[in-house]
Amino acid sequence: MFKYYGKYVPYLFLLPAAVILLVFFFIPFFQTVWLSFFDYSSSIYIPNPAGLDNYIKLFHSPIFYKVMWNTFLYLFIAVPILAIFPLFIAILINQKIRGVTLYKILIYLPVIVSIVVAAIAFKWLYADQGILNYIVTKFGFQPIGWLTDPNWALLSVVIVTIWKGIGYYMIIYLAALMSVPKELYEACDIDGASFLRKHLTVTIPHIMPTIALVTTISAISAMKVFAEIYVMTKGGPLNSSKTIVYYIYERAFENLDLGYASAMAVVLLIIVMIFSLINIFCFERKKYDL
Amino acid sequence: MICKDIMNKVKFNKIATHAILIFVSLLSVFPFIWLISTSLKGNSENIFAYPPTIIPQDFTFANYTGVWDKVDFIGYFINSMIVAGGTVFLNLILSAMAGYPLARMQFKGKHFAFFSILATIMIPFQAIMLPVYLITLKLHLVDNYGEIAGFTGLILPFAVSAFGIFLMRQAFLGIPKEMEEAAIVDGCNVWQLFWKVLLPMVKPSLAVLAIFTFIGSWGEFLWPSIVLTKESMYTLPVGVNNLQGMFSSNWRFIAAGSILSTIPILIFFLCMQRYFISGENEGAVKG
Repeated sequence: MFKYYGKYVPYLFLLPAAVILLVFFFIPFFQTVWLSFFDYSSSIYIPNPAGLDNYIKLFHSPIFYKVMWNTFLYLFIAVPILAIFPLFIAILINQKIRGVTLYKILIYLPVIVSIVVAAIAFKWLYADQGILNYIVTKFGFQPIGWLTDPNWALLSVVIVTIWKGIGYYMIIYLAALMSVPKELYEACDIDGASFLRKHLTVTIPHIMPTIALVTTISAISAMKVFAEIYVMTKGGPLNSSKTIVYYIYERAFENLDLGYASAMAVVLLIIVMIFSLINIFCFERKKYDL
Repeated sequence: MICKDIMNKVKFNKIATHAILIFVSLLSVFPFIWLISTSLKGNSENIFAYPPTIIPQDFTFANYTGVWDKVDFIGYFINSMIVAGGTVFLNLILSAMAGYPLARMQFKGKHFAFFSILATIMIPFQAIMLPVYLITLKLHLVDNYGEIAGFTGLILPFAVSAFGIFLMRQAFLGIPKEMEEAAIVDGCNVWQLFWKVLLPMVKPSLAVLAIFTFIGSWGEFLWPSIVLTKESMYTLPVGVNNLQGMFSSNWRFIAAGSILSTIPILIFFLCMQRYFISGENEGAVKG
């Protein structure tokens, strides 16, 4: 194609986006790493160079290990459920049945509602004398301190994340299911294969890349969870529901321990970058023409 | 006989499918239903009653009028509209402008630009929020410096995203080159070409970008809760979270306020539902 634009035009078009990305992504990125080498604990205005002290402190801190444990526990509970259950729902919806649109709207509803409202709604369900404990006692168990018992708090928060994610991943799976050739299902029906067999032998192998994609993106968003915890438990009781982003927030904006918070942010950066690289290079190559 | 067996099996499968889907749908909406139920219960009804009653016995709208009088929902709504509107507007323009040369022009550093933008996908906001806040403070873009500064500070860090740029680049790639050639031959310069010829042709992608940016911005909680100091600047999510502090254990009011705050986005969703549930725009909401 002939060149119809001047020498500088491409750069002028890119300039506004480049400025924003530079100021609000790249500079903060390097500044996070930079800040992690300073000690702010004595004064927020005159930081001391600290070398690797923040990292050393971090890796000797029991709370940090607790927080990382919680974060990965969060991930290991949420990710498998979010990778499998929405697929099951999508398979059910992807049939010639009535009311498909209504089901989709209702199941998608939690996705669009503000996470703050969702967390408040669940906080109400989890109330000590709330409706969930009524059901629990009806089944003959002791009432559960959903958000007040250290053994339960994390699980209670994870449930909100899962509940809010199902509709989102269901739609991703529905899109993938459309690409499975119908003839294969017809062949199964003629052979009289069962529901389970049909989907294990046809559906799952066909949409394996989507399952992998959902696994990585739900893992990335589980790493970043914040609002649920902020609204429901503030990380408590006894740090039992504190995950990494909430701890960074607390350290940075409540304790003003900028260096320590930044060291933790670097840890988060590394983990999310690993997940993202897997995601981009294994599952989303086409999207980015790589 | 076999035929009848198969018919029965199909029928059973359908009933089982509906049963499961109805159950999952109920689970999805139940927390809201319970919130609505609580918000409609008057003071003479025990909201902790066992067994719980879904249908309010002492039905009243008093909690709604009560919370409406004490909380400036209209203010929160307007703030949210300004922030979401500004974010959408800037995302559309900046993403389209950046996506265009990446799709259509050859220039030095194109690969560098491409991979730099791709790299931002890997940087979670949560990990860099502290420096972003420090920079926003340095630029005087917080509400202490006035409303405009406050809104700008809420909007600018999210004014463009790699997702938007790649979406628009993809859209421009789909336009036949002859369109541009014809426009050039007719004497368009590159700005006219971009604004008058190409942008109208990528309207569907702009719509998708607008809708998903809007939803993301509307629900954003972390950033506004970091930067906002004045209650008059609160967006809806921050305002709703604040209800918990205002009405500590008055769950009737908290429930009514939460439901009120959800109405606008609910209407938006129901109007635009095909964009969300058709599956054509998979993976468009930020995680």
